[in-house]
Amino acid sequence: MSGGLYTQLLDLACGAFLLAAVIVLWRRELAAIVRVFALQGVALAAIAMLLGLHEERWDLIAVGLGVGVLRAGVLPYLMRRALAALAADRGSEEVRETQPLVNVAASLLTAALLTLLAYAVAQPLTALDPTPATRALPVGLAVVLIGFFVLVTRRRALAQVVGFLLLDNGITATAFLATSGVPLIVELGVSFDVLLAVLVLQILTTRMREAFGTTDIDDLRELHD
Amino acid sequence: MNSALLLTAPVAAPLAVAGAYALTRVRRERRLPSMVPTTRRLEPTGEAPVLLAEAPPPPPTPRRHLTEWAGLLSPAVILTCGSLLAVSVTADGPQRAYAGLLRADALTAWMLLVVGAVALIACGSTPAYLAGERAAGRAGDQAVWRYHVLVQAFLAAMCLAVVTANLGVLWVAVEATTIVTAFLVGHRHTRTSVEAAWKYVVICSAGIALAFLGTVLIYYAARQAGITEAWALDWPTLVAHAGRLDPAVTRLGIALVVLGFGAKAGLIPLHAWLPDAHSQAPAPVSALMSGVLLSVAFAAILRYRVIADAALGAGFTRVLLAGIALLTLALAAGLLLVQRDYKRMLAYSSMEHMSLITLGAAIGSPLALSAALLHIAGHGLAKSVAFCASGRVLQLTGTAKIGRVRGLLARAPALAGMFGFAVVALMAFPPFSLFASELGLARAGFLAGTGLAWATAAALLLVLVAFAALAVRTARMLLGPAPAPPTGPEPAAVWPLALGLAACAALGVTLGPLTDLLHTAAQAIGGH
Repeated sequence: MSGGLYTQLLDLACGAFLLAAVIVLWRRELAAIVRVFALQGVALAAIAMLLGLHEERWDLIAVGLGVGVLRAGVLPYLMRRALAALAADRGSEEVRETQPLVNVAASLLTAALLTLLAYAVAQPLTALDPTPATRALPVGLAVVLIGFFVLVTRRRALAQVVGFLLLDNGITATAFLATSGVPLIVELGVSFDVLLAVLVLQILTTRMREAFGTTDIDDLRELHD
Repeated sequence: MNSALLLTAPVAAPLAVAGAYALTRVRRERRLPSMVPTTRRLEPTGEAPVLLAEAPPPPPTPRRHLTEWAGLLSPAVILTCGSLLAVSVTADGPQRAYAGLLRADALTAWMLLVVGAVALIACGSTPAYLAGERAAGRAGDQAVWRYHVLVQAFLAAMCLAVVTANLGVLWVAVEATTIVTAFLVGHRHTRTSVEAAWKYVVICSAGIALAFLGTVLIYYAARQAGITEAWALDWPTLVAHAGRLDPAVTRLGIALVVLGFGAKAGLIPLHAWLPDAHSQAPAPVSALMSGVLLSVAFAAILRYRVIADAALGAGFTRVLLAGIALLTLALAAGLLLVQRDYKRMLAYSSMEHMSLITLGAAIGSPLALSAALLHIAGHGLAKSVAFCASGRVLQLTGTAKIGRVRGLLARAPALAGMFGFAVVALMAFPPFSLFASELGLARAGFLAGTGLAWATAAALLLVLVAFAALAVRTARMLLGPAPAPPTGPEPAAVWPLALGLAACAALGVTLGPLTDLLHTAAQAIGGH
């Protein structure tokens, strides 16, 4: 693959990756959010495979495929299943984000500010080794920050799970762009941990609905000082 | 002795016991299929006895005794391996196995001993705790089975975090502790329990994700410094080549790592899960979480601190850790003053002690690091005794409110004595080892220069506040006339608690054979 095409494709994949995070902030239907999250998983897998093709490392392409299966296939499937259970049980009000703490316009503005912050923070990282991949590093950090923002401001349990996964996607993208991925044993352990964490959160969502009758995080206020 | 065996056994033994528990369950389910679902979801409410009546539990058989005490096998293995490793690392230096994936230095041996000792206390008081829960109709066979499997997996994950030299595997192990303890925190299906478990998993997973981002950045800096892929996350290699790491990238990475593992160690700003999880988990699990999980996560920070000091100079981590320590201490002392729940009181006391350990790491002199490590051991022993005793108090009185517990000393003298002594140890009275370690921390702090001396003075003032709060509340619980005449025999099984307090007091009087290990451990983490 020629250098110019590689750079363009990489930038395209990174742009799609960041755009997916912003669309998650914009949409309020949980089903749509999960779909966008799956698309982000595809973009992440594309980033890894492009890096693998460029460096002619077949193991990296295989890791990219695995990441794609996990983040565009398995995790969205788990969330769709949880969502279907919610919809079957409680009807339509559970599958939409309630009035968020920060409205959509302010959320999008915050996303822009967070992206600028990511570019500022990532400057020393890019300066250390300026290649097309590390120049795209701020995108990974921006998605980490947006994930944190979703985690803090969203009130539906499943939207919080998506926030956590955005955070995790951002970190994985950072790892690929900076160092072509962490060693395989660590990558396997991390993927396994993320999968289990999502399973645990899914079961807790079910229990939350049984105990509280809703999955609105604002109702979790039994424990305080 | 074979170091690969010694390094593998602390992880493999709890996993094997967990597997054995899982298998016995499968076999029993085949034999008694009707036993399983009826006792499953018992809420701690009035309906419980009615539900229970449908399926009377079988009388305790020798077999059940065997399964309940089998949990003590793994603490015994961990303690044995810890002691053998302690001997070999003080004599021959660090031991490695599996191409450097597992590695033991003096810090590893010290942490293994602490994990083993606290696990011995927690697993030793587990049969009595579970018997109480069964009697109250709060735990069926399935709950007990799940409890055993998850606790053993929890021990395995903590041991893996301690014995690995690979910083990536360390992260995976610490995150695994969150996952296996999620259903222990949320072991009941009540609202408080689900809320605590949700907060615990979300805050800890997100916090620890930050630590992974930090790990990735360190890995990036290491690769750019010319370290090969296989060794770029290896702790000794990173320490040896820390001078070549890019300072700007390392600074960002270390800050993220401290925040992330700090979440798991109960430090500001991601501490909010700690009081909820510690108050909702079963008492022996609270003991394990407070006694060792917090310090296992902190041991990760201690490891990264060595890299940071070599790459950036001591100033960066010193300011960061001292700031976090003082803020956490102020928060814990303030909330101890207004606490009405005794398990939450113990949880905030854990934050207080973790911030003292953090202050020790910030000071960073050999004396301060030795004191911090001794504090980890003393706090682990005393706090696990306090939590196990508080679980029995909760079963005895049925309330976690401090205001509703009166005259405990008259009602159950042995249990109340254990709880009282544990709190006295946590208030750092001699002869308990927390007295020696706090004295060491104070001395090291005042010797370390103006800024740190002021920080130490402020910390001591806040410790005094926490001391007063603990003393007043515990005295209110213990003293006074008994509200009801003692009913039935005193709860048995205080021996693990007595053993823990005796060990804590013995450490305070003399370190004995552990002296060399403690000093070598302090040297290994940068106290030259």
